[in-house]
Amino acid sequence: MTKDNCKKLVIDIISDIAPDEDLTAIKPEIRLRDQLQLDSMDFLDIVMELRKRHGIEVPEADYGQLASLESCAEYLTPKFVAKA
Amino acid sequence: MKDSHYDVAIIGAGMSGLAAGIRLAHFGRKVCIFERHNAPGGLNSFYSIAGRKYDVGLHALTNYVAPGVKGTPLGKLLRQLRIDREEFALRPQKQSRIAFRDCSLKFTNDFAVLEAEIAEKFPAQADGWRSLVLAVKAYDDVSLDAKPLSARKVISHHLTDPLLIDMIFCPLMYYGSAQERDMEFGQFVIMFKALLLEGFARPLDGVRVIIRVLLEKFRHAGGERRMKCGVAHIIEEHARASRLVLDDGSEITAGQVISSIGFAETMKLCAPPQTSAAEQNTGKLSYAETISVYNRQPAEWGWGDDTIIFFNDSDRFDYSQARQPVDLRSGVICLPNNFDYGSEQLPEGIFRVTSLANYDLWAHLPEEIYQAEKRRWFGEITRSARRFLPPVDDAVLTTSQLATDMFTPRTIRKFTGHLNGAIYGAPQKIRNGRTHLENLYLCGTDQGFLGIIGAMLSGISMANFHVLQGSAGRS
Repeated sequence: MTKDNCKKLVIDIISDIAPDEDLTAIKPEIRLRDQLQLDSMDFLDIVMELRKRHGIEVPEADYGQLASLESCAEYLTPKFVAKA
Repeated sequence: MKDSHYDVAIIGAGMSGLAAGIRLAHFGRKVCIFERHNAPGGLNSFYSIAGRKYDVGLHALTNYVAPGVKGTPLGKLLRQLRIDREEFALRPQKQSRIAFRDCSLKFTNDFAVLEAEIAEKFPAQADGWRSLVLAVKAYDDVSLDAKPLSARKVISHHLTDPLLIDMIFCPLMYYGSAQERDMEFGQFVIMFKALLLEGFARPLDGVRVIIRVLLEKFRHAGGERRMKCGVAHIIEEHARASRLVLDDGSEITAGQVISSIGFAETMKLCAPPQTSAAEQNTGKLSYAETISVYNRQPAEWGWGDDTIIFFNDSDRFDYSQARQPVDLRSGVICLPNNFDYGSEQLPEGIFRVTSLANYDLWAHLPEEIYQAEKRRWFGEITRSARRFLPPVDDAVLTTSQLATDMFTPRTIRKFTGHLNGAIYGAPQKIRNGRTHLENLYLCGTDQGFLGIIGAMLSGISMANFHVLQGSAGRS
């Protein structure tokens, strides 16, 4: 699992949660909230889909780690690697 | 049946119960919806008589926004339930009216139309209207712990013309208020946004399209549904709902229970029952509705523009329990043919009229008198409504008429279980859904998000807040 693969998995989840958003031009460094219309219900769904699809747990204290695509990859990739 | 254990049991397969069920099943909860009737949908359902399909409840889906408009309830709902907008196949209204004796306000799904009408007809209220709209837009109407405020009081800071105040309250109350004469301001904001800032739409085939989508999502997510299987008792042990006794006498257990059947109705199921809590918060506003089906399109009679007409002919609009079987002073006309279906159209003309009605005056009539009263009031209601439509000869309507149907407060009581046939449930809403039992929650009408989009969001919010959120990040 590379960081790029991890980003792709996160984008897959967002595209299912928010199919009405254009995800082709997301800038990895910029907060998702600043580029997409995602509210707290949507972020909760990202966390729950991570667990449902990949068995990855994100404790509430770590939700801030999911702010941007880059920080998602940084935080989640080791968790994916540990799972593999 | 002792081994029937669920993570979550949901009481009622209406819009809110189905939406809650979809969320929970999607995230792996073992969930079952228990519904006393054979048809899903609750207050918003459909039926057939003599091969003809009827909708009940839904005139129009409120909260409609055009594709691409984000951050509104419709968009949130579609995302949360993973529904593609196209599945609902919504068709927008043409236009609607608030029609009082001497004044009429047109509105459409474009808010600017209403703003222009108000500027023209109430020029002295223009500044107040603008400040009211700003206050509505700024208000956090989905807060689960907001303090209740009187909408009349808030509005009196902005508007002073009683006619305009009544004309704004009329549609908002008719489409969602369980309270007489006033609304809680949060409820007012929800309805103002749903009807006026957003708008109306409907699938060509009516509410059944929406219910089918919900049922299919629920089934696909692995949810279980037991129809003709109501919950008779919620057994309390150690301040928890420990078991549910079903109508057939069998029992099930569930870690959490979400009830969509109403506050008082839920309290009365509890064993021991919470009778006084129930009695202090039971609604009493009920409706009667007539449905006339014609072999002509309403447009042929000049009835082709307005989708919904909220009408009133009394000096002050009085939204309160009817003193007669039906209060003929005000009401709502719905002409489902007047949604913009593009090249399609409903095969028959449909004319529906809804007015306030008194449950007690209908409830105890012997069957024969009940039927006679229905016929009498059918005529009264439709005549009352036709005052607000271009005139058509009685003979023309009679010869074009294919079928009629009517529901009364008694029908509402029978098919929804709502005490007093109270269409919008209890006057005081329980926003956070909590009850006296720690694992029993409310969703739907009495949680207080209104309209069918609101009902679905209510189910979603309660499932998220009480079941999913607490465990989202738990290892």
